[in-house]
Amino acid sequence: MLLYILKRILYVAPVALGVSVVCFMLVHLAPGDPLTAIMPVDATAEQQAEMRVIYGFDRPLPVQFGLWFGKVVTGDLGKSIATGRPVLDEVARAVKNSLILACAATLIGFALGSFFGFVAGYFRNSPLDRLASAISVLGVSVPHYWLGMVMVIIFSAQLNWLPPTGAGPGGSADWRPDLEHLRYIILPAITMSVIPMGIIARTVRALVADILGQEFVQALRAKGLGEWGVFKHVVTNAAPTALAVMGLQLGYLLGGSILIETVFAWPGAGFLLNAAIFQRDLPLLQGTILVLAMFFVSLNLIVDVAQTALDPRIQRA
Amino acid sequence: MFRTTLTRAALAASLILGAHGAASAQGTLRIGMTASDIPLTTGQTDNGGEGMRFMGYTVYDALINWDLTSADKPSVVIPGLATEWGIAPGDETKTKWLFKIRPGVKFHDGSDFTAESVVWNLDKLMKTDAPQYDQRQSAQGKSRIPAVASYRVVDPMTLEIVTKAPDATLPYQLAWIMMSSPAQWEKLGKSWEAFAKTPSGTGPWKLTAFAPRERAEMAPNKEYWDKTRVPKLDKLVLMPLPEPNARVAALRAGQVDWIEAPAPDAVESLKGAGFQIVTNAYPHNWTWHLSRVEGSPWNDIRVRKAANLAIDREGMKELLSGMMIPAQGWLPPGHQWFGQPTFKVTYDPEAAKKLLAEAGYGPDKPIKTRILISPSGSGQMLPLPMNEFIQQSLAEVGIQVDYEVVEWNQMINIWRAGAKDPSSRGATAINYSYFIQDPFSGFIRQTQCNLSAPSGVNWGYYCDPETDKLFDQVRTTFDPVAQTEILKKVHEKFVNDALFLFVTHDVAPRAMSTKVKGFVQAQNWFQDFGTITMEP
Repeated sequence: MLLYILKRILYVAPVALGVSVVCFMLVHLAPGDPLTAIMPVDATAEQQAEMRVIYGFDRPLPVQFGLWFGKVVTGDLGKSIATGRPVLDEVARAVKNSLILACAATLIGFALGSFFGFVAGYFRNSPLDRLASAISVLGVSVPHYWLGMVMVIIFSAQLNWLPPTGAGPGGSADWRPDLEHLRYIILPAITMSVIPMGIIARTVRALVADILGQEFVQALRAKGLGEWGVFKHVVTNAAPTALAVMGLQLGYLLGGSILIETVFAWPGAGFLLNAAIFQRDLPLLQGTILVLAMFFVSLNLIVDVAQTALDPRIQRA
Repeated sequence: MFRTTLTRAALAASLILGAHGAASAQGTLRIGMTASDIPLTTGQTDNGGEGMRFMGYTVYDALINWDLTSADKPSVVIPGLATEWGIAPGDETKTKWLFKIRPGVKFHDGSDFTAESVVWNLDKLMKTDAPQYDQRQSAQGKSRIPAVASYRVVDPMTLEIVTKAPDATLPYQLAWIMMSSPAQWEKLGKSWEAFAKTPSGTGPWKLTAFAPRERAEMAPNKEYWDKTRVPKLDKLVLMPLPEPNARVAALRAGQVDWIEAPAPDAVESLKGAGFQIVTNAYPHNWTWHLSRVEGSPWNDIRVRKAANLAIDREGMKELLSGMMIPAQGWLPPGHQWFGQPTFKVTYDPEAAKKLLAEAGYGPDKPIKTRILISPSGSGQMLPLPMNEFIQQSLAEVGIQVDYEVVEWNQMINIWRAGAKDPSSRGATAINYSYFIQDPFSGFIRQTQCNLSAPSGVNWGYYCDPETDKLFDQVRTTFDPVAQTEILKKVHEKFVNDALFLFVTHDVAPRAMSTKVKGFVQAQNWFQDFGTITMEP
């Protein structure tokens, strides 16, 4: 097992290198000058050349990559062109905020999705099933930035119950677990939760329907076990698959939240990516993409190792 | 048990929802900016005009400031940290300027402002081997003062600046240069990074707290040298909110009291909800910069005039919910440099068709040309629908336009590279909005012969000795009244020769809560926040 884990970690190295190359090249392939954002629009050719030398953009791309990668492996993601602040600090804070939002959305999505899934699965082909299924389909299909705006219009602009932007009072960029900050996470978390809610509801409905049709359920009932007891068995059987699906959703939510974070000005990785793209802040863009990509690589590693620990047959395969 | 849980849940929910009520405080103005970060706080700001508006002219001063007291007329430059200036007596070269430093001015840290401070600040931008040289501030400030050749302290209250050639536009250039405190920089271990956290200028506001990407807080500088401009508010809070819908939502929900640039389609609903929409003319135009390279149809003045007569600007104003001023020239109507051009920029499609026919074009032989536009960008208003509107107007008189849409940052690079560069892809015009607040950025840099790429941003390679002669006069006329007369002639030439496709002027819309009182929106890119009070 230990050997397998070591081998699996070793496999990560070439993947990480590939990811780094892609991150670096992708942002360089985009049109425009990376220094546009910080130079006055009418900077002379001489001033532009001077700036390129200072930021190292005058060197060949492989040299730029080598220098950048050399720093990255030591944990130095460079400094933001736009703000001059260390990219690692900016990204770490943003990823923390994104994780908080993604976890909140995951929890809400899991709770609601499971509820709708069980209702639909237990009362198949009834009006309740159709209603629960419709809600889950809607959750997956509705454009989330649109839903975010609708939520803001209703709960912030009309009813004035909840704040529409930021992570805390006065534009705070750090979310904290207290009552005042809780108000700021409600709208983005609910908006973001509709995707996992829909997916979980559909998964759980199919699982429950399948489990209820199996012989052991009939056997349990025949033995005289009450419906509550049967339900517990159904939950136990459905939970592992549902949890696996949910785990994947957490990863997607972390990386795919750019629109929702922008709508709610939530200071997470998606919002930071948006700012970096608009400012053409190359070090920030590369750093954010790299950290998010490495997060996925690590998540995959953890899932693989965990699955192997639970089921040794996977290791042999 | 169930009832207790329910009661607790209800109490928690009411606390969560009810906490909102305590958000606003009297005397505090919270502004949602369009910038995605707090502008650079060390003195010379980034984030263009908005950076200077909120972090430049608030915390800092220039030797020469803008008069921001009136909403009724375009602003003029006035004494700031210099009380008077002019060419040194007896200087035949007209390049040696003397500035009298305002006595008794102190930086926020208590140190004195002197001529030495100015030299130190110019070194921070110009002299790469100076200990206080700051690349970030230099990138923002150096190109603002192209005329400056050298500078020195004459005595503690007198400064000398020598220009490369006679240049009467120097005061406008110096209005961009913010003065940071040398003493504070020394005190903080000669570190601009530390200075950024606790900056010190001479301006009417002191930066009291600052969190990157989050907020900046300012308190009034009660010892400000201009007693008429000491802020009345208790606190000014700046928050970066780059997304227009997020800004509107934040205003509607009471998270901020004021937002910059609400989207035009949100204006009516904001008005309906009782918010104030404040607009005014300001020196900013939205044009097509026409190419004058060989083969461009715009080399024919009849075609240029025809295009200018083909645009239904009032129709476009409806499209923008009234958020524009139809162009009558390069400058907004009523500007002190407008003059009396003979060519009237109006909507007259029949006259346009006639002019095109004279130029050899007609329904059977339309002009076919390609124009570069961007989908968005700083000051570009709503470029896609506006350009579609223009496309339709021009098609009606016989000018068929194809657009090539490029991303805004790429557009800036193409603009710098000039119309002859392959990156312009043979386009005969570029849709670009211009800052036109001073003679150099307003007229000279787009049209002077020797400012084509790579020396400047005369994208279209327009070159006319007569115009250049007028520019020489602008630079060598040091009497402001006489200089204004020449600038009128420049503008008359711009309009009479239809040098650009004049379309609109932006109106710098701002939306604010009815609690905001006393704001005077100057016809300027910069504003004074000192007059504002907040109603409870």
